[in-house]
Amino acid sequence: MSVLSKLEETFLCLKAGRVTLPYPAQAQPLPENFRGRPIFDAAKCVGCAGCANNCPAREILVFDVCQEVRILQYLGRRCTYCGRCADVCPEKAITMSLEFENATNKIGDLGQKLELFMSTCQRCGRCFKGAAVLDELKMKGYRSDDLQSERWIYRSQAFLESEPVVDDIKIELD
Amino acid sequence: MLKNLCQKMFGRSLWVYHANSGGCNGCDIEVLNVLTPYYDVERFGIKLVGSPRHADVMLCQGPAMRSTALALKRAYEAMPAPKLVFAIGSCACGGGIWFDSYSVLGPVEKILPVNYYIPGCPPRPEAIIYGVAVALGLVDKKTAPVEFKQIEFPIPQYHPRDLRRDHDMVVYEKLEKV
Ligand code: SF4
Ligand code: SF4
Ligand code: SF4
Repeated sequence: MSVLSKLEETFLCLKAGRVTLPYPAQAQPLPENFRGRPIFDAAKCVGCAGCANNCPAREILVFDVCQEVRILQYLGRRCTYCGRCADVCPEKAITMSLEFENATNKIGDLGQKLELFMSTCQRCGRCFKGAAVLDELKMKGYRSDDLQSERWIYRSQAFLESEPVVDDIKIELD
Repeated sequence: MLKNLCQKMFGRSLWVYHANSGGCNGCDIEVLNVLTPYYDVERFGIKLVGSPRHADVMLCQGPAMRSTALALKRAYEAMPAPKLVFAIGSCACGGGIWFDSYSVLGPVEKILPVNYYIPGCPPRPEAIIYGVAVALGLVDKKTAPVEFKQIEFPIPQYHPRDLRRDHDMVVYEKLEKV
């Protein structure tokens, strides 16, 4: 009996044939709709920080150096490749690439840093695209996330103090 | 140097110990996928062992949690030197999307010295094999930090020597000459 079952097992194994994929020698085709690392296009980005506000991992930090320069830093370390940043971007400046072979010995290798030029709005002092596209963004004004210790600081300031914004978020983590 | 050490110490085979300190099991499944006949890493001598005392490499999944950080550290200390730690997945690399939860301490590098990072949530099995290949020095890493600048923003340098007091204003002399 046991010999028979062993024979049967052998037969089953032989029937399955060789299934091992030749991966390291030969690239595997990726499935459809595969999302890899997001790649930022600095030429298209307008610096609206919509991606930073919509990232569930709080992965994109925004720091305003001065009136004209805004730094957008993508850390890359806890990105879940969910694609929400690419979804919300009004300028389609983020593409979900097919890159997944991102193994590294320095975590800083995964970062992307954009230095953006911001023009000045006559009304509020900051450049904004139309409110319709970015309705969900509740953030206004200057942002100063902690780039050194990679912390996201959620802080919001309404500009027009005479007209308080409904549901204006005023939380500060850390 | 690390690469040389790797090649010297782990020339023949890597025995890996698989530690999940609070991930969602996604990365566990991918690591187990790597060990199945489809990706068959036993070709490269990589073998899963059940005890940290037999292991050369610790595969960490999940962030360092309040409840498991101590156990993770003890497992690391139980491994014989030389030892490597791989952080697999976004949780282990950077704390994951729940990095600001009360029970998450952060990335595993807060607890252990991590040698290689394999980001992804979860990383593809190919990405894990690629990470091992990077560690063994078979391939070079592909990632490098990227920095863009939209414009070179000229920040004016005001030298005090060019400042002149004019009634109740300070005038920068060079600007007038331009
Ligand atoms: S892909 Fe998701 S987690 Fe990664 S940066 Fe974009 S929004 Fe954040
Ligand atoms: S959402 Fe797009 S345009 Fe806005 S800051 Fe992010 S990358 Fe730039
Ligand atoms: S990195 Fe993603 S898949 Fe892996 S344990 Fe964390 S949440 Fe789960």
